Amino acid sequence: MPETLTKFIFGRLTLESLPLHEPIVVATFVVVALGGLAVLGAITYFKLWTYLWREWFTSVDHKKIGIMYMVLGLVMLLRGFSDAIMMRLQQAIAFNGSDGYLNAHHYDQIFTAHGVIMIFFVAMPFVTGLMNFVVPLQIGARDVSFPFLNNFSFWMTVGGAILVMASLFVGEFARTGWLAYPPLSGINYSPDVGVDYYIWALQVAGVGTTLSGINLICTIVKMRAPGMTMMRMPIFTWTSLCTNVLIVASFPVLTAVLTLLALDRYVGTNFFTNDFGGNPMMYVNLIWIWGHPEVYILILPLFGVFSEVTSTFSGKRLFGYTSMVYATVVITILSYLVWLHHFFTMGSGASVNSFFGITTMIISIPTGAKMFNWLFTMYRGRIRFELPMMWTVAFMLTFVVGGMTGVLLAVPPADFVLHNSLFLIAHFHNVIIGGVLFGLFAGIAYWWPKAFGFRLDPFWGKVSFWCWVLGFWFAFMPLYILGLMGVTRRMRVFDDPSLQIWFVIAASGAVLIAAGIAAFLVQIFVSIRKRAELADATGDPWDGRTLEWSTSSPPPAYNFAFTPVIRDNDAWFDMKRAGYRRPLSGFKPIHMPKNTGTGVVLAVFSVALGFGLIWYIWWLAALSFVCLIATAIGHTFNYHRDFDIPAAEVAQTEEARTTLLAAQGARA
Amino acid sequence: MSAHDHTGHDHAHGGAAHGSLKGYLIGFFLSVILTAIPFWLVMDGVIDNKQATAVIIMAFAAVQIVVHMIFFLHMNPASEGGWSMLALIFTVILVVIVLSGSLWVMYHLNANMMPGLHEMREMP
Repeated sequence: MPETLTKFIFGRLTLESLPLHEPIVVATFVVVALGGLAVLGAITYFKLWTYLWREWFTSVDHKKIGIMYMVLGLVMLLRGFSDAIMMRLQQAIAFNGSDGYLNAHHYDQIFTAHGVIMIFFVAMPFVTGLMNFVVPLQIGARDVSFPFLNNFSFWMTVGGAILVMASLFVGEFARTGWLAYPPLSGINYSPDVGVDYYIWALQVAGVGTTLSGINLICTIVKMRAPGMTMMRMPIFTWTSLCTNVLIVASFPVLTAVLTLLALDRYVGTNFFTNDFGGNPMMYVNLIWIWGHPEVYILILPLFGVFSEVTSTFSGKRLFGYTSMVYATVVITILSYLVWLHHFFTMGSGASVNSFFGITTMIISIPTGAKMFNWLFTMYRGRIRFELPMMWTVAFMLTFVVGGMTGVLLAVPPADFVLHNSLFLIAHFHNVIIGGVLFGLFAGIAYWWPKAFGFRLDPFWGKVSFWCWVLGFWFAFMPLYILGLMGVTRRMRVFDDPSLQIWFVIAASGAVLIAAGIAAFLVQIFVSIRKRAELADATGDPWDGRTLEWSTSSPPPAYNFAFTPVIRDNDAWFDMKRAGYRRPLSGFKPIHMPKNTGTGVVLAVFSVALGFGLIWYIWWLAALSFVCLIATAIGHTFNYHRDFDIPAAEVAQTEEARTTLLAAQGARA
Repeated sequence: MSAHDHTGHDHAHGGAAHGSLKGYLIGFFLSVILTAIPFWLVMDGVIDNKQATAVIIMAFAAVQIVVHMIFFLHMNPASEGGWSMLALIFTVILVVIVLSGSLWVMYHLNANMMPGLHEMREMP
């Protein structure tokens, strides 16, 4: 085949692009390929494809989409964590002239991929998944405002994840660090596909994130059950609302700044170059205008989870509900006023640095207020130390340390000493693991019975809990010490042998965390095996206080046979106290949205578009772009978008629950 | 295709009324005029001072945005029970923070880190 034709068909994709010379990558590929084939084979063998396609992939049910988000987050957690433990191992052995086992080229990709995956494809899907599952149930709605958009958002997030995963085996990932600062990420210093994978993966996933943000805001504003005023909304719904406002307001900035970077790389503009009037610091400035709100996008919903968990397991109304709401809203606005603390050292003067230093210290006040609210909620409560509550207590102890080191870093002179050091790494892992991840595990343990109708096995949950918490402390406290000694981040080899012991301790912590993740997977497996034993027929296993506990577990497709009427905060607690009785007759047909495969199709075209752009395969990019637009327009002509669940079917579903509840009552 | 039990399509429910032909025409003519004037200013070089021209064009652009919001997006303080207004205020605050903050930060950076030519010459 003539060279020009090959070039036309494959762009810059050649056989050399496959990393066959990297034994570690090849071994990973073999394992992943075998595992993947086994999964695909099993699905085919058990004839599950039709079931998965009809009931899950094309589903517009917010509960199923929420669960799929959680599955995506869990899969990507395994990938992100394997990057983490590889780095820990490398740093633990690369002393005394040893080069470790990772070459620089590979190591740089690993720390970049770890950051990108953990933020965009682990934390974000987990958080979005929780919000998707819980919010409509908490506000007494039957689905989100735009169910198709929800499905589409999910598949776009998956599309981004697929592009990142593809970079492991086809070509390479960025070697720039997780925010891809220019000029390093410019075409002159990163001419290969790594940064392009980064850009297009985030752009594709970003569409999904932004749209799901719009969707959830709309749902919360428009679809609350009658009587649920803003100040009667559950705290988790409040924090979700604020998070989605942050998403909608900040993700366009990320999209814009990545577009500018892409223009620099593809058509030779000079927004962020060193010469021709470009300014790389503008990129840093803009990306942190997105990046700082992003931190609060991740943590706010988990503050909501901790509030729900604390109040439920202390058997008390949340202390200071109003102050909690105001603290959340204040954080939402203040989170836009602190971005410069990520680059104090870039050379702005004292007045700029002190302004942003002070705003950063101020933002810790509402967060501190929340901490006291949780403590006072627990005070004199009858605390049940079930798994979600254990995670909450671990969070309170861990997160406060992370918060204090954060305030320390907010002091510009201190930041000049500690910036870019392992102290910073320890700080943000302290708040992200101690806050976001612990919160996710609390949330998963708390709402799992709602999603599947049985509890998670407490024994393996506790094993996972202790491994995670101790593992976290072992893995990151040494990094604080190393950072104070001046060790910078992203180092591959070290000269000073006296540092090694701290890295070995950190690596042992990472091994403990690995055990924690394994125990979590075992917990899920064991719980599914013992689901009859752990089953919960009541739909309200924790004596909950908010509306989601008033339906069956798992909830029917329509969530609520009749839209509940809300008279107080903690609506379900109020209903239980007032002697609420489930309506047993008079059911009406329920109007519901229909499943559609368009979301999957659009995401497939987006991935093809991204792949074409990454490898300069212009025909593929053009073709998939045209198909993308055509499918989107075509979908607007689909008028068969809804159907009615007949009253008889609703009656039958509710009757089944009545029988179940009666059986439960008879046993108890 | 919202999933709640609304039957039928009551678009006006809680929201602003849809525009009339007259409203759209007023909006259209205002936009045309607001676009034509800046063009004229630039093409005929009406004002000598380039900076002043730029500022005036920006001002026209801002008015243009307001015209679009009122006549094409049908926004008013009461639409959607005040939510549109709240969202607008929030957006304006953020845009102001982002623009003025970036200008301030980048100006400061340039003043500190990019000594002009004459300053460089004075260096020992």
